[in-house]
Amino acid sequence: MTTAAASLIRCEHVEKRFGHKRVLRDVSFTVVEGEILSLLGANGSGKTTLLRIVSALVMPDKGEVWLGPVPLSSAADEIRRYIGVVAHYPLLYDRLTGIENLEFYARLYDLTEPQKRIEELLRTMDLWRWRDDSVQTYSRGMSQRLAIARALLHDPPVVILDEPDTGLDREGIQLLDGLVAQLRSRGRAVFATTHNLERAKSWSDQVFELRSGYLHHVECSDRIGH
Amino acid sequence: MAESSEAERVTSRGGGLAAYLRRVHAVAEKDVRAEMRSKEVVGTMAAFAVLAAVVFGLAFDLRVPRPELVVPGILWVIVLFAGVLGLHRSFGSEVERGTLAGLLLAPVERSAIYLGKVAANLLYFLIVEALLLPALLILFDVNLFEPFILLGLFLGTVGYVGVGTLFAALTSRNRARETLLPVVLLPVLAPLFISGVGLTSVILDNRGSAEVWPWVGIIGLYDALVFAVAFLLVDVIWEQI
Amino acid sequence: MSTLSRATDKDRWFMPLLVFDALAGLAMAAVMWAALLYAGDAVNLAGVEQVAQRIFYFHIGSNIAALLGFLGSVVGSIGYLVSRRLVWDRWAAASVEIGTIFGILVLLSGAIWAKPAWNTFWIWEPRLTTSTITVLIYIAYMLFRNGFEDPETRARFAGVYAMFAFLSVPLTYYSARLFRSIHPIVFDGANEEAQGGFGIGPTMGQTLTVAMIGFALLFFALLFHRVRQLEFENRINAVRESVDE
Repeated sequence: MTTAAASLIRCEHVEKRFGHKRVLRDVSFTVVEGEILSLLGANGSGKTTLLRIVSALVMPDKGEVWLGPVPLSSAADEIRRYIGVVAHYPLLYDRLTGIENLEFYARLYDLTEPQKRIEELLRTMDLWRWRDDSVQTYSRGMSQRLAIARALLHDPPVVILDEPDTGLDREGIQLLDGLVAQLRSRGRAVFATTHNLERAKSWSDQVFELRSGYLHHVECSDRIGH
Repeated sequence: MAESSEAERVTSRGGGLAAYLRRVHAVAEKDVRAEMRSKEVVGTMAAFAVLAAVVFGLAFDLRVPRPELVVPGILWVIVLFAGVLGLHRSFGSEVERGTLAGLLLAPVERSAIYLGKVAANLLYFLIVEALLLPALLILFDVNLFEPFILLGLFLGTVGYVGVGTLFAALTSRNRARETLLPVVLLPVLAPLFISGVGLTSVILDNRGSAEVWPWVGIIGLYDALVFAVAFLLVDVIWEQI
Repeated sequence: MSTLSRATDKDRWFMPLLVFDALAGLAMAAVMWAALLYAGDAVNLAGVEQVAQRIFYFHIGSNIAALLGFLGSVVGSIGYLVSRRLVWDRWAAASVEIGTIFGILVLLSGAIWAKPAWNTFWIWEPRLTTSTITVLIYIAYMLFRNGFEDPETRARFAGVYAMFAFLSVPLTYYSARLFRSIHPIVFDGANEEAQGGFGIGPTMGQTLTVAMIGFALLFFALLFHRVRQLEFENRINAVRESVDE
């Protein structure tokens, strides 16, 4: 539908080494608005490192990552505002309640109308009833849903999902599928890592695989129309 | 960002010192709120402090003619060791549960995270000291509620928490973690410890306030240096995680 | 593959280092000769105090070497934090390791001398306090480094720690001096000069210079070897990683 959509994530010739180990070699890709990229790869293939580079936690040794027109290296603190990450860990504080967790992050992200946004998300995630319970008491699926709410709190244009389907229950996966579709329709860019090739093919526009630091394109014949 | 008009609606660009302090406050309040529920850090530190005061009392009973001779040392030794006990939790718990990444993913200056943690730790330390001073009064019959002693204790605690919080961040990534924190922290705290004991002794010996100022000066200089270097180097610590 | 190609380089520093070792060895022999035979006796001392005074040359010599180690750690750490090249970190680490050995020698030689001169092994004299704390900081630094797997993290964190250590040491000295000035218990300032103090004659001054140069050369010889060794370790790791790949 949209022709010449603007690129939201552009990774150019990224290289990263830890000590002498070269984790990423000449990695380049682009994700445009409303596009979903899935990244496959065994443990230790550099998947997590690439994810950390795209989420502005780690700087690459060579190459550059652009979020829209802004290079990540230029203003890391400010650029983080445009990224939302659903990580392996829920990134939630056990001792705080669901709503307190979101309020805390809302303050870090300087939201203008935090209460409205928090209520909206908690209702979408079906957590409104448990908003005043401490996260300690949440089930795994509930924590994961709250983690998604946390990541989308500031409505970031770039959403990064680190193996989102590992911790989710059935209900959560359905919720996530719906959300991803919604993000796509609203022109967000999604960058996801996963172990599951079938799922990756079913919801992604591009599928890549990292093998010993090199990025390989994976053909998806049954790609859904666009 | 060109295509973020919708994102712009929800988020707002915070700038200036007020916004910075709001973020510092957010980090500090989050820590204090979690601590109020668990009482993990303050509880352990306070219990240790009172216990140590009792142990020192027993150790020196009948062997020291006037308790004023040893109380300055006892006060500062207890503060030093009780502090180490609590400090490692400030990043230890974040690293264990992986929440540190959540903080670092947010558009927050690393120095604001550091300062928020410093503020929370400072509060814990002051609560523990508020319990320790009466305990020393009861056990040793030495009144430490003198303005200059309190000033020295406060300034010393500020410097201690400043280095301690930064070192807690450093050791949280180390294999040895909490075992290592006292080993790296205590020798660097030597100026604070010596000055604290010196200042407290001057007051307890009634040697007049003129002799107090050099001590306050050293502690103040230490505090200033600690925070200057911390601000300079705090970004280095978290540039990769 | 620049690291790997460098890993198979010839060890071109081997011969120059051997020459430098010989130089340092000769200088240390000269230090021994000058300190034990050439230097005159301290005229105002007698008996065991007069003999013990000769440890002073080793004491000051080790002190110079320990000081060089301390400076090396600061320079190496700043160099790494600014340039982010691991070679600086290796210099910092090696400086601390060698400096610690000499720091411990300073403390031991001081204690051995203090017993006949001051009739006690140990007092909390400001310089002694500062040296002790510095050695403890060095040891903490080495333990701290030990706990990191990733060489870059290790270098960054060790660099930060070295900066704090560097700033705290002068403050330790000033606070220890101030502490002593108000606690005239064993030795106050004037008394300390008198107890075991001695005038320096011409041969003693020359010996002192020789000792300082000799120990400085010994320090650098050991430092170069240690840095070279760390460099080899680095190359071996590079080869191992590339074999794994």
